[in-house]
Amino acid sequence: MILLVVPHAKGKIGKAAYELATAARNIGREGPVTALVLGSGVAAVAAGAARIADQVLVADLPELAQFDPELWSSAVAQIAQEGEAHTILIAASRDGRAYSPRVAVKLDAPLLEDVVSVQDRGGALVAERLSFLNRVTETIEAQGTVTVVSVKPGAFDAAQPASETAEQFDVDLELPPRRVTIAGMEKEDTGRIALTEADVVVAGGRGVGSPEGFTQLIVGLADQLGAAVGATRAVVDAGWRPYSEQVGQTGKTVQPKAYIAVGISGAVQHVSGMGKSGCIVAINKDRDAPIFHVADYGIVGDVQQIVPALIAELRK
Amino acid sequence: MRILALIRQVPDAQETVRVADNKVDLDGRKLVMDTMDEYGVEEALRLREKGADVEIVAVAVGPTRAQEALRAALAMGADRAIHVETDAALDVIALSSVIAQIARAQQAGLILCGGQQADWDSQALGAATAEQLAWPQVTWTRALELNGSTLAGKHDTDDGVESFTLSLPAVLTTQQGLNDPRYPTLPNIMKSKKKEIRTDTLEAYNVTPRIRLQGVAVESKERLKKILDGQDAPAAAAQLVQSLRQEARVIQ
Repeated sequence: MILLVVPHAKGKIGKAAYELATAARNIGREGPVTALVLGSGVAAVAAGAARIADQVLVADLPELAQFDPELWSSAVAQIAQEGEAHTILIAASRDGRAYSPRVAVKLDAPLLEDVVSVQDRGGALVAERLSFLNRVTETIEAQGTVTVVSVKPGAFDAAQPASETAEQFDVDLELPPRRVTIAGMEKEDTGRIALTEADVVVAGGRGVGSPEGFTQLIVGLADQLGAAVGATRAVVDAGWRPYSEQVGQTGKTVQPKAYIAVGISGAVQHVSGMGKSGCIVAINKDRDAPIFHVADYGIVGDVQQIVPALIAELRK
Repeated sequence: MRILALIRQVPDAQETVRVADNKVDLDGRKLVMDTMDEYGVEEALRLREKGADVEIVAVAVGPTRAQEALRAALAMGADRAIHVETDAALDVIALSSVIAQIARAQQAGLILCGGQQADWDSQALGAATAEQLAWPQVTWTRALELNGSTLAGKHDTDDGVESFTLSLPAVLTTQQGLNDPRYPTLPNIMKSKKKEIRTDTLEAYNVTPRIRLQGVAVESKERLKKILDGQDAPAAAAQLVQSLRQEARVIQ
């Protein structure tokens, strides 16, 4: 079987779950697609999963209220072994990339990490992934009967949920003790659409001038477009914006339909997190800024002038 | 306690990438210790400077030239280095097995590893190594303290910043923001030349890679590059909005 671990947050099934479903359907391997839901209070997630899989396994346990790579990898490896899964699909979110390697080691399986495509070719899985800060596409082949695959968010189209629902089964798990104690979480919930889920992202760099400038220009434009807000490393390091909004090598990788970069020079580390976006728009006063080399549309000008004009134009 | 700092030699971020013979051609490129790994070496040095009794061993698996990156770690202040010399492209699971064997043989208590390597864009090495050793792991560490055998710190997750504590042994992955890595001083560079780099062959570790690289391509999507002059802000804004609505059709 193909085992698909269902990503979710705040009690809701994530967009990445539908992308994994597409990957599972197109992989060209036999067997039912089994969705595995791990968490606490995840009935709604399981109901959503029932519309993208042939069956749903649910471990709704208080011990799983908080993510832990050892617990998650242990749970996934147990289910994969019991169900004789040949392919394990995990979303390559930060959490997914923290536990998928452990699943591979537990199963003595190769890991295809952060793939943008994956297909069975004569019994082996062949995948494409990006390397060298997202600038090179590698084609790689995994050898072995069981393969763990983590799938890059945004790389696959989201599957349409089926009208019929698959059967759900509760599963028992033997979980290891938690060894990393989480004392606290600085929740950075801004109440906006999540960066990795949004069709449009408006992102700001130091070029917006100040935290107030960021709120006025970037958040203002994002509000007007119903977009998510992104930021550069420099902005986050300066404390203007929370880390959860950071796009780039050390932040999130996003692939929205449109990415609007305001006051962002376009360092390779930033571009590695957004360079695969559908349409890239750059607004910057420096005509020679590298961001213009990867832009579809752009305006060379003062962001303090251009962005308010854009907001006004959109309001018309 | 012994700390292993994992080192990878990668192209400098400013270098362009080139492909030849179906692989990335690093000839003539400026190669450096991965900056993500510098944070690990620096953090190990800081733990020592705050009073921990530690030996810092820099470890690299790679071709002969990887010794340059190990020398850089020694010049920062690592005590000695282990180089597993190979031209083979190991996948991350095979590499983690080598690292775990070294950790066991060295009786390491802490492994520091870059959060993501700038050549293969993998985030898996720390987690895979931890699993090989049956140790806990924390990824994307941004603050760290050692109290006896307890590590406390902060790390980044998908949803925000978590405060954590755990008992050694453990694997931690490092990143920008954890510290400011020091530049090696001239006396330390001189001293580092006398430090030991032990060289092992990969054969001694008995690992079988199971990911095969079929080929590479440099991907660059052709962009439209329709760049407007913003002297007249309202006019430029109007034109951009029209393009995004009617041509690109990405906004309402």
